[in-house]
Amino acid sequence: MKIKLLLFSSAADLAGFREQEIERDDLKVAGNILGYLTSLNTEFDKWAPYLRVAVNSSYVDTNHQLSDGDEVAVIPPVSGG
Amino acid sequence: MVKIISEPIQIAGVISLVSSPQAGALDVFLGVTRADSQGREVLYLEYETYEQMALREMTRLETEAREKFKLLGSAMVHRIGRVDIGEASVAIAVSSAHRNEAFAACRFLIDQLKKTVPIWKREFFADGSIEWSGESPQKRTEQVR
Repeated sequence: MKIKLLLFSSAADLAGFREQEIERDDLKVAGNILGYLTSLNTEFDKWAPYLRVAVNSSYVDTNHQLSDGDEVAVIPPVSGG
Repeated sequence: MVKIISEPIQIAGVISLVSSPQAGALDVFLGVTRADSQGREVLYLEYETYEQMALREMTRLETEAREKFKLLGSAMVHRIGRVDIGEASVAIAVSSAHRNEAFAACRFLIDQLKKTVPIWKREFFADGSIEWSGESPQKRTEQVR
């Protein structure tokens, strides 16, 4: 699976990057992204309950099937307004 | 009409977006930056966004509000980048035939924006610290203590 990963706010700080093209066999559903991030920084394990995933600009459930070319964004708790 | 901009919000311009000869009520809500956050002095704020998705979410909320409250016009403008204390970070304006719908729609739009629109606020404190606003595992731990 080849996707474009976007990170924002505290998630970008924890990972140390904001955007990455990734190609991995263990990415099948949206929730797999959190496992990938935890492999980069174990702090993501604590953050998991606070993070939402969006695919191509819409929120999805963790069991949403990914497709090649998807833009997958990790959305920490929002604080606009 | 939804917008994300990096310049100061021009309120008169936002109001003109929702004016309508059929309107009997026009409500405006401004979210402005506050000088303190839970007792700590804040110097200024910075906002970032996932712009493409934020615009899409804001449009979805507007469509929902227009139907639910029978609005004649609606506008949501969020500012990003640095916002100094006392300045508007967000403006919402709606118009409707009568005031009840306008008040309710304004409240609905700001409440929903704060829940779902991917925009994040970072506070720059007088003591030199910088923190993302919003829930985090660290804040949860502090509350338990």
